[in-house]
Amino acid sequence: MNTNNKLVVAVTGLNAIDSPGPGIAVIRALRDEFKENIRIIGLSYETLEPGIYLHDVVDKTYQIPYPSAGAEALISRIRYIHEKENLAVIIPNFDAELYNFIKLQSTFRTLGIQTFLPTQEQFDARDKINLYNFGKKYDLLVPKDKIIYHVGELNSCAEELNFPLVVKGKFYDAIIAHTLEQAQKAFYKLSAKWGYPIIVQEFITGTEINIAVLGDGKGNATSVIPMRKLYITDKGKAWAGITLEDEKLINLAKSFVAATNWKGGCELEIMMTLEGKLFIMEINPRFPAWIYLSAAAGQNQPATLVKLALGETVEPFTNYEVGKIFIRYSWDHITDVSEFQKISAFGEL
Amino acid sequence: MQLRKNIATSESGFIFNPATGDSFSANPLASEIITLLKQGLSASEIKKNIQEKYDVENGQLEKDWDDFLLQLRDANLLDN
Repeated sequence: MNTNNKLVVAVTGLNAIDSPGPGIAVIRALRDEFKENIRIIGLSYETLEPGIYLHDVVDKTYQIPYPSAGAEALISRIRYIHEKENLAVIIPNFDAELYNFIKLQSTFRTLGIQTFLPTQEQFDARDKINLYNFGKKYDLLVPKDKIIYHVGELNSCAEELNFPLVVKGKFYDAIIAHTLEQAQKAFYKLSAKWGYPIIVQEFITGTEINIAVLGDGKGNATSVIPMRKLYITDKGKAWAGITLEDEKLINLAKSFVAATNWKGGCELEIMMTLEGKLFIMEINPRFPAWIYLSAAAGQNQPATLVKLALGETVEPFTNYEVGKIFIRYSWDHITDVSEFQKISAFGEL
Repeated sequence: MQLRKNIATSESGFIFNPATGDSFSANPLASEIITLLKQGLSASEIKKNIQEKYDVENGQLEKDWDDFLLQLRDANLLDN
């Protein structure tokens, strides 16, 4: 708590753009729960992240160094911010920054800043490069895949996985290839953008379902909210979605948390086949951008994460509202060049 | 034939499957049949009910019934 007794929470992912970061949704959920008793500190990377300029959402923003600058640069900046703001909790929301935040967890703790993050082992195990082995280890259904470094390896991938197959970048992007030529083109495109290796995955058809999960780090799923995307953008992001009632989905999420002792928020990307099989396509190690739906449906995952981070005991939720829909919209926020100048010149706004 | 459990319907003919998130609009007769299915009536009981209420020949009813069943199955609204 800071001097006026407000809970101070720092949040990243303020880029509420067409492929949005989860920060604004996380903050909205926190404000729902803690009302006027919370102060939100935005942590930004780019000067045009919309959240920086939304002063009724974010109380104050500080720029932080890019993940590639390393953990030392990050902790140095966080120390500075902490001296000014007395941070109680940090919620990082980007995959790429999590490595540094996980590494610094104990340092944060000595400063009096709490986090609620997976361990490095948990984080690495669900990486798309390791996902198939992860599924085998925990008896979870995951599409077959091959990790490749050379375009020539696509031949054997095609023999084993058949067409169509999915060619995926190391960090992001996926292209469905129906022929060897298409697969080769995808390989070159994705390796140029994201580097090596390339993941070639079995193509699974079905209904795309996402599950927002909060694990308590002791094997319990404190909250599970399944959502079906109703409208998908050309970047594959949900622009509208609806909460579902399906015990199989809940049980899958619970099995995942029980098997891994997952700590923190995460998103399971599921493909439900016509036969009702549930394949885990990807595991995102942080809250999804649609996380406010969890609060709207009655299980406020971001607020619960803060309570867990502060050491409170929270019983797992048992109910949520089925049929709750979110529909995202875009809004032209107007600001002044003086604001842009402040964040650009001083790294604070 | 059984409707999946938890299928939600409204008087206006709106049908919502909470397991898949799918929603449908049913015409008044389809809506009536679904309500009867939800009440646990068997196929023969529902057909009898329709024949008592509407002027429809047996052959036509059977044809339309099979067609309706196919639509329910396609929509993933039936248990089996």
